[in-house]
Amino acid sequence: MNKWLPWVIAGVFGAWVLGTLRMPRDKDRAVTEFGRLPIVSNGRFQPIDSLARNSLLQIREKQTVRLADEKRSLTATEWLMELMMNQPKADTRKVFRIDHPDVKSMLRLPGKDRATGEDGKHYSWNQIKPSLEEIEKQAKRIAQVEPAHRNQFEQAVMKLQNSLFTYMRLRNTIHPEDSQNFEADLQRYLAGVESGVKAFRAKEAGRDHDETVLKEFGDFANRFSIMVRMDTPLLVPAPHPERSRDEWSRIGEALLDVIRGQPLPFAVPAYAKMATAYRQGRVADFNKAVSEYRAALAPKFAPELKKANREYFFNHLQAFYKALLIYIVAFILACASWFNMSDVLRRSAAWLVVVAFVVHTAGLLFRMFLEGRPPVTNLYSSAIFIGWGAVVLGMVLERFYRDGIGTVVASSVGFLTLIIAHHLALSGDTMQMMQAVLDTNFWLATHVVVVTLGYASTFVAGFLAIIYLIRGVFTKTLSPATSRALTRMVYGIICFATLFSFVGTVLGGIWADQSWGRFWGWDPKENGALIIVLWNALILHARWGGMVKERGLMNLAIVGNIVTCWSWFGVNMLNIGLHSYGFMGAAFWWLVAFVASQIVLIGLGLIPLRYWASFRALQGAGTKSGDEGLPDARPAPTSA
Amino acid sequence: MVKSIVKVFTSLRLTVVCLSLGILLVFFGTLAQVNEGLYNAQDRWFRSFFVYWSPPGSNFRIPMFPGGYLIGTVLLINLIAAHIARFQLTWKKLGIHITHAGIILLLAGQLATDILSKETQMSFAEGETKNFSVDPQSTELVLITDSATPDQEKVVAIPEGMLVRGGEIRHPELPFTVNMKAWHINADVRQRAPMVDTNPPPTTAGHGRNITLIPLTEAKKMNEYNVPAAIFELTGADGSLGTWLAHGKLRDQEIIAGGKTWRMTMRFERVYHPFSVELLKTTHEVYRGTDSASNPGGIPKNFQSRVKIENPRRRESREVDIYMNNPLRYEGLTFFQHQMGRDELDQARGTSTLQVVRNPSWVAPYAGCAVVGGGMVIQFMMHLVGFIGKRRAS
Repeated sequence: MNKWLPWVIAGVFGAWVLGTLRMPRDKDRAVTEFGRLPIVSNGRFQPIDSLARNSLLQIREKQTVRLADEKRSLTATEWLMELMMNQPKADTRKVFRIDHPDVKSMLRLPGKDRATGEDGKHYSWNQIKPSLEEIEKQAKRIAQVEPAHRNQFEQAVMKLQNSLFTYMRLRNTIHPEDSQNFEADLQRYLAGVESGVKAFRAKEAGRDHDETVLKEFGDFANRFSIMVRMDTPLLVPAPHPERSRDEWSRIGEALLDVIRGQPLPFAVPAYAKMATAYRQGRVADFNKAVSEYRAALAPKFAPELKKANREYFFNHLQAFYKALLIYIVAFILACASWFNMSDVLRRSAAWLVVVAFVVHTAGLLFRMFLEGRPPVTNLYSSAIFIGWGAVVLGMVLERFYRDGIGTVVASSVGFLTLIIAHHLALSGDTMQMMQAVLDTNFWLATHVVVVTLGYASTFVAGFLAIIYLIRGVFTKTLSPATSRALTRMVYGIICFATLFSFVGTVLGGIWADQSWGRFWGWDPKENGALIIVLWNALILHARWGGMVKERGLMNLAIVGNIVTCWSWFGVNMLNIGLHSYGFMGAAFWWLVAFVASQIVLIGLGLIPLRYWASFRALQGAGTKSGDEGLPDARPAPTSA
Repeated sequence: MVKSIVKVFTSLRLTVVCLSLGILLVFFGTLAQVNEGLYNAQDRWFRSFFVYWSPPGSNFRIPMFPGGYLIGTVLLINLIAAHIARFQLTWKKLGIHITHAGIILLLAGQLATDILSKETQMSFAEGETKNFSVDPQSTELVLITDSATPDQEKVVAIPEGMLVRGGEIRHPELPFTVNMKAWHINADVRQRAPMVDTNPPPTTAGHGRNITLIPLTEAKKMNEYNVPAAIFELTGADGSLGTWLAHGKLRDQEIIAGGKTWRMTMRFERVYHPFSVELLKTTHEVYRGTDSASNPGGIPKNFQSRVKIENPRRRESREVDIYMNNPLRYEGLTFFQHQMGRDELDQARGTSTLQVVRNPSWVAPYAGCAVVGGGMVIQFMMHLVGFIGKRRAS
């Protein structure tokens, strides 16, 4: 039994992941079919499902909408369908997440109340609508304040304002938000265009004209141009895909082009049909309209349909979320293995990390394939890749030492980085197109990948050091052999960290030299990377010079965590320089908390050895030792 | 005595101290960029031997931290001294030697870049030709008059440093002396409004009489430049010619003195080239549908300038594209696509700014990176192979 348990546990989790690979079949309304329709948003092709998920993440910080009264959730696509095609119903959904108490009280929003079903966090459009003017007034003032100088209230108002913009944009994507039967409206509009234009010309020329015809025409034109001004996503496929595949347009634009004598693209009546069928609750008609539109797209837009299908599958897979859950389980099992010294638990944890790693890698490769880019393109993907690199190192360590340490590092760093990635995804589309300066796969594949591996290995060294300290101070499990093994691991990993961070940093300089003629500009991000290089070099020289022994090495390695975090996130918060593309304000306190926790750990490391649980256990057993490391720690090598 | 000095300079302890100081310097220098501005902070912290601090309201400077040059120099001495003192030509040390040689190359290359490189900019609209680039970090006061030979002008340029220093400025070619009255590192100008501006105008002659000067704080962000303003009195042979205002946004002002008409203007310092560059066409592409109220301008997809180089000396005439990550290297200069815009008066006409860099030591980082990386790979691989071998054996 014990022999097979690790395989059984890994197999169960593997089966769970495989079981969710199947695409959901539409039982009732064609939600999946609709969610897989290709559109252009953020400058790139994507399925409607991605737009739905990213918008909902931004507005509600979740990918689903919990319905308190109906005991179920709406998926992102279901919510977006409602918002685009049945606005009055969507406006009752509590999708706006508002946390700041001052914002809530400014908008007179109700607090938590069981009786009325208010949770005190989520509010509907209808609840916020009466205060739109107030929000706009505040936002107008705050816009004058530089982002870096905004206080929490001001940030919260701006976030809400952005969410409202996104919401209004989506509301007007398929048809004007007040249209109740868009199919009928469209027919009336098309029938009236010619006479409308005539009446307009007549009025311009001061001749007799039919005022009601002109009014109806003007009304339509007005509502359509509002749709255009909202910067809605582009739903209408390129008119001549054989010449240019990129020229997609907004439904509002296509409608206004009819006035200029352009033919109406087939996508517009197709979406109108869907919208009206949806609004009137005719499920079969809606499904038919969706599949007819897909069939109409098929001959000329096969690549876009394929791309949308793939990305839909990727969204559905939620690989990183699943990997995250498995890492947690692995972490708990591995930690437990130290206490009862069970090799079964250790092996189970190690195999679970392998399962999680496979899922993690699959997600990473799928993303690269979708984007056509190297693994790291923005802050979000750097988190995923740092985690991935750390897990590789952790698995290698486990392979060599078989003592659970590699597994604990792999699972904890994997878990933490994926959590960070999850929160970074809240800021919007994680596969956004690259700015012109960054649009080079060569440098993304070299500089960015290498420097990110430098971050990953510095973190691994730091986490190994944390294990040393916690096990040494609080538990009796840090035996001389374990402590020696940990020292070797930390030393070896720091060597690699030095190599990666140095080469990565210099490659970054060379890229800078290639794109703006300055090898080294003392840009904050460059300086951050330089600090990592200098810090790793300092650790190595201090070790070679015998200035630090085991415990000192561990404490220095933990400082490496702070240094790396500073370079990864801290400098982005300074909001200056060429690298500040991903500014983030709310994460500041998390960074402070992390740094504080590391300082506490270093403080622990400075506690004299005689107070360490592991050391006391050894003394109890009668071994003698000095104060500079666990008993038989050999003197540091003094080469160089 | 000598022995102990040698011991200090060859010690690993000194290396660790220098690295620690370096880390602190880079960290605080980065933070200082927020308040002091990118360039000021670089000069004060990194391109200096000491970081000075002046107590508010006083003139003396107290060195409070070693600057980048000092730390770099000591590290370099330490590195070289340690290698001379303990040099052993063994295979075991090969990786370490190569790594450190590469670091020397990198540091030396950066030093050379600091001393030798010059960054200027070339801005033009489509159809314009330029044979000079300008240094937006420094301004010059220029006085121009016709010279004896036709087609040529006599130009007297007073560099920014002299204007900042103030006092009286004389030049043998000038029929007047320039007496500095005021200097603003960064300022804007606007036309005086009759009811609003009741204070006296800044000068008694030239455009300054109709202008209100608005002093601004020093530009601190990347790609933001100061536009300085100078107020000075001109004194000719027959006495004062009044006080004048010079500012980058003002048109040329005419000064009549010594029987000649001089044109006076303030402009960025120019660097002339032995060839000319004509901007033929600009391309500015944005990803479709990405421009919105929250992100005006959208996500840039491509900036590209097509230019024509005319070099009479080499009888060369050719066209070339310059775009992001694809600079033009020509005559020891590198041209990078920097900014792009539209002509203020003619929206149909594209404008482009090229960053023009002369950096004779640009190869050093490429070579240094390869050498250091190679050295580290050799050294750490030897560690790793040894480690795995030992494990196998045990």
